Amino acid sequence: MATQRAVRLRINGRDHDLTLDSRVTLLDALREYAGLPGSKKGCDQGQCGACTVHVGGQRVLGCLTLAMQAEGREITTIEGLAAPDGTLHAVQAAFVEHDAFQCGYCTPGQIMSAVACIHEGHAGSDDEIREYMSGNICRCGAYPHIVAAVRDAAARLGKGTSL
Amino acid sequence: MRALEYLRAPDTATALREAAQPGTRFLAGGTTLVDLMKCGVERPARVIDITHLPGLDEVTVSDTAIRIGALAKMSQVAADARVRTVAPVISEALWRAASAQLRNMASIGGNLLQRTRCTYFRDTAAYPNCNKRNPGSGCAAMDGLNRNHAVLGASDACIATYPGDLAVALVAFDATVRIMGRFERVVPVDQFFRLPGDRPDLEHDLAPGEMILGIEIPLSDALRRSHYLKVRDRASYEFAAASAAVGIALEADGRTIREARVALGGVATKPWRARAVEQALAGKPLNEAVIRDAAAQAMAGAQAREHNAYKIALAPKVVARALMSAGGIA
Ligand SMILES: Cc1cc2nc3c(=O)[nH]c(=O)nc-3n(C[C@H](O)[C@H](O)[C@H](O)COP(=O)(O)OP(=O)(O)OC[C@H]3O[C@@H](n4cnc5c(N)ncnc54)[C@H](O)[C@@H]3O)c2cc1C
Ligand code: SF4
Ligand code: FES
Ligand code: FES
Repeated sequence: MATQRAVRLRINGRDHDLTLDSRVTLLDALREYAGLPGSKKGCDQGQCGACTVHVGGQRVLGCLTLAMQAEGREITTIEGLAAPDGTLHAVQAAFVEHDAFQCGYCTPGQIMSAVACIHEGHAGSDDEIREYMSGNICRCGAYPHIVAAVRDAAARLGKGTSL
Repeated sequence: MRALEYLRAPDTATALREAAQPGTRFLAGGTTLVDLMKCGVERPARVIDITHLPGLDEVTVSDTAIRIGALAKMSQVAADARVRTVAPVISEALWRAASAQLRNMASIGGNLLQRTRCTYFRDTAAYPNCNKRNPGSGCAAMDGLNRNHAVLGASDACIATYPGDLAVALVAFDATVRIMGRFERVVPVDQFFRLPGDRPDLEHDLAPGEMILGIEIPLSDALRRSHYLKVRDRASYEFAAASAAVGIALEADGRTIREARVALGGVATKPWRARAVEQALAGKPLNEAVIRDAAAQAMAGAQAREHNAYKIALAPKVVARALMSAGGIA
């Protein structure tokens, strides 16, 4: 049974040629095979959002996606968010300015989720931000600062900005 | 996780042909299947990725019905402006489910087939005794922690709750599911789901290798004036402790209930149509006393276990509040 095969994943604008078992999740492919450990593994069961990445321009969970499902699609991780010269994305900058983390473990997922949340037009009020960011759990309880950072970044970016 | 083969099907005919091989499962968003493969509950030898099949992700709204393809995403349907106008309950049941990330992944077909969140069912290592996973082995929840378990539709074999939200709205409004196997057939969603009885491992009407092509919801006045209310342990990203999908159609006088629709989630072993409540409302004036009286009938036949009696008290209140919102008297 052919369970191991060559897979080409397009991550942050670059092709990665990997040999993967069919069971490998996108999250594990990123962290263990593509050398991109920025996406975090919290629960590995879809219950925390730490593994949030963008596939085809939409936020999804890396831990419940098989790597092979993502073949042929554009994948963006936290490592691909800043400009090539290192300038932080507006959401990253807002998280730093608003001190929107303590331990930082949930932060890559929060930021990837927030970028999409703003792009979807779901950052119109604090209540809307709380609802549409609810898929990202923060064990340190940095929520008030996270909401402030998303609100601020949304105001700077405007609704419907490109990812 | 058991070793498996991954295949991507280019079209429906190929997917159906490949699915005829034993040990094969369709893979849509993967948010149920991949999760349960990790737990060891699902152990397919092959998965067929059906997300690239053409033409199955469309939402169409005609003068008589909404049709939703099995591969449409939860987020896509929730945001559809036409659906929000003619069937608010469908949009609300979807955007109040799971999280934004999960809704971007999860398909409508997969959503119907999501499996119970019973912790004993999911914990294969610690609990061999689960009749749903391992027929005839007993039920660890019966005398275990059963706060989230069903008070309606349970059997001596299984008390697991059907956890989904969308299907609750679908049974309230007489939706049907279109299925393709050796031939095409259409089944009312209410009949699609089975009661556990003595075979809790058999959850629905789909034969191995059959594919859901889509669902159809007939339009009605009650659907246009509909609402989904979901009460849970936290404000978002949580399954229902109790939920209600309701709709009300009024007579021309604007105060008499012509027809009501009511179904319950989070309290039963399958999406639960509450016809007794509907009948108690038909022809009555729209007011709080009438609604509270009718809602009291929602729990007829309910049976509590050690930790879930609160659902019997909670659900009628959820039904009443949902009906008052839909009726515009909340
Ligand atoms: C943390 C978490 C929270 C959640 N919260 C909620 C909630 O609050 N409310 C709610 O309703 N749901 C909730 N869900 C469940 C979620 O909505 C379902 O997992 C999702 O809808 C399943 O769709 P999918 O496309 O990912 O299915 P998959 O996982 O791909 O498939 C599920 C099953 O359906 C079969 N299948 C899929 N498509 C078809 C088809 N077209 N024909 C035949 N068989 C098919 C597969 O073989 C598999 O057995 C939650 C899930 C998680 C992980
Ligand atoms: S309630 Fe059903 S799913 Fe849960 S342990 Fe008992 S038999 Fe298994
Ligand atoms: S690691 Fe994916 S949701 Fe928690
Ligand atoms: S900053 Fe620690 S989990 Fe969020």
